[in-house]
Amino acid sequence: MSDLHTGTLTQLAASLRARKFSSVELVSGLLTRIEGAQGTLNAFISVTREQALGAAAAADRVLAAGGAGALTGVPIAHKDIFCTQGVRTTCGSHMLENFVSPYDATVVAKLKTAGAVMLGKTNMDEFAMGSSNENSYFGPVRNPWNPKLVPGGSSGGSAAAVAARLVSGATGTDTGGSIRQPAALCGITGLKPTYGRVSRYGMIAFASSLDQAGVLTASAADAALMLREMAGFDANDSTSVDAPVPDYVAALEQPLAGLRIGLLQEFFDQGLDPQNERRVREALKVYEQLGAKLTSVSLPNLPLSVPVYYVVAPAECSSNLARFDGVRFGHRCENPRDLTDLYRRSRGEGFGAEVKRRIMTGTYVLSAGYYDAYYLKAQRVRQLISADFTRAFQDVDVLMGPTTPTPAFAIGAKTSDPITMYLNDIYTIGANLAGLPAVSIPCGFVRDLPVGLQIVGPHFSEARILAAAHALQRATDWHTRLPPGYA
Amino acid sequence: MSLTREQIASIAALARLELTAAEIPVYQETLSRIVDFIGALERAPTAGVAPMAHPLPGLSQRLRPDVVTEVDRHEEYQPNAPQVAAGLYLVPKVIE
Repeated sequence: MSDLHTGTLTQLAASLRARKFSSVELVSGLLTRIEGAQGTLNAFISVTREQALGAAAAADRVLAAGGAGALTGVPIAHKDIFCTQGVRTTCGSHMLENFVSPYDATVVAKLKTAGAVMLGKTNMDEFAMGSSNENSYFGPVRNPWNPKLVPGGSSGGSAAAVAARLVSGATGTDTGGSIRQPAALCGITGLKPTYGRVSRYGMIAFASSLDQAGVLTASAADAALMLREMAGFDANDSTSVDAPVPDYVAALEQPLAGLRIGLLQEFFDQGLDPQNERRVREALKVYEQLGAKLTSVSLPNLPLSVPVYYVVAPAECSSNLARFDGVRFGHRCENPRDLTDLYRRSRGEGFGAEVKRRIMTGTYVLSAGYYDAYYLKAQRVRQLISADFTRAFQDVDVLMGPTTPTPAFAIGAKTSDPITMYLNDIYTIGANLAGLPAVSIPCGFVRDLPVGLQIVGPHFSEARILAAAHALQRATDWHTRLPPGYA
Repeated sequence: MSLTREQIASIAALARLELTAAEIPVYQETLSRIVDFIGALERAPTAGVAPMAHPLPGLSQRLRPDVVTEVDRHEEYQPNAPQVAAGLYLVPKVIE
């Protein structure tokens, strides 16, 4: 029973249905593993031991009765940005340190309905703002491949937890790369679906035109399984798209031969670590051997994606985070003199440095006299970037390139300069601006650290990009490598 | 472009954020750099390009019928509030 943690979600679901072991056995083993790794990795903000064991026992009764759903008894974790009824939801912030949600996010409810058992809430950059998980009020998460390094962010806790196989699948959110970048830096699979594919209801808002919920898993097949249960229309989210959810699992085996792959020229720029580039090109070679056709594609406006993002995302965040006013929920300062003092000190004390920086950036670009120059201008350039993608997808089926410029970097290495940190997301932000689905999968190692290959597809092409990712994972074994000490 | 101390104080006031004396120069430096960085957009040729209003082409915000769907659940919500009395949220006196 000691190697149960290495099972993928797909394998665990099948083994539980075959009654090879019970959900209680599986969950107990993983809880011990989580508690053992917490001191080193700090991947969790809350571990919900009692609820998890209760849910596992209930799942075992369902399994015994033969009524199992797709994920009955299978352990997962939720990024602490998703509201969970009766369980603290902090969003990595002092502001929400003691917030207990009165309801479940739609994603949480759907995975519960599918039978998944939540083991806890994972650590994250405060309000999902960060690329290294160093912005959490609950302390940084450490990379399982080397605890001196960052796991990436903002879904760094989910990424570290899955990489160390503390759990085989976890939810995440991706506003500018927050699923794909940590997935790449931790050597796992991370999928950001099309904007509107998965409900944002109960997912604490950062930048509402960019935020999308997705998954961090050990394989593309697992991402397909989890997404199938999470996706779908939700009347509670006005941006949720009412389109049927394909069976992503059944679509995994679609043939790769003839797939037209566009190599994103702008991603192979001077910022890309040459060794990182080599690993990505080796993976592309595998695709060629599998029968795919490679062509080079240029998206001329893509290099402006980071500056566009750092206007649009802070603008939306300054508006979304206005709700944290110290009145209805969240932190309140001591002895406020008047209402303005209550707002200002509650927010000044409750938010961390990067969150305040983004709120102020957003306030500035939306303020009188600057709105046209920054916000409207950024939304126009965003239109150009989106049009670049649309044009590219007339000639190719998917776009590929690196997920990040370099492998994981040292904790503290980029904290003094926000721009250096922001540039970590240079290859991931484009998909968010255009609302496109994208997945990062492991494609090798540089200096013993994992490297990610990114696959971007047209809107609602999750089945296709997951099938492409799955094809590489059938031909290589990068996704099965585990960090030393967590095998 | 360099933002002044006064500009930072004014942005913080608009955002209802109290900054400590030590925070102001940090934000002065980093926000100035961010403003320079996003200034790169200025050079992009966008004449005749409409601002993007929705991440999915051709879609706009869905509206629902204008009917009440919420029920009163204040008893479930208020345990998260810093200060309540008799079902009401308490704040410092606003009107003298």
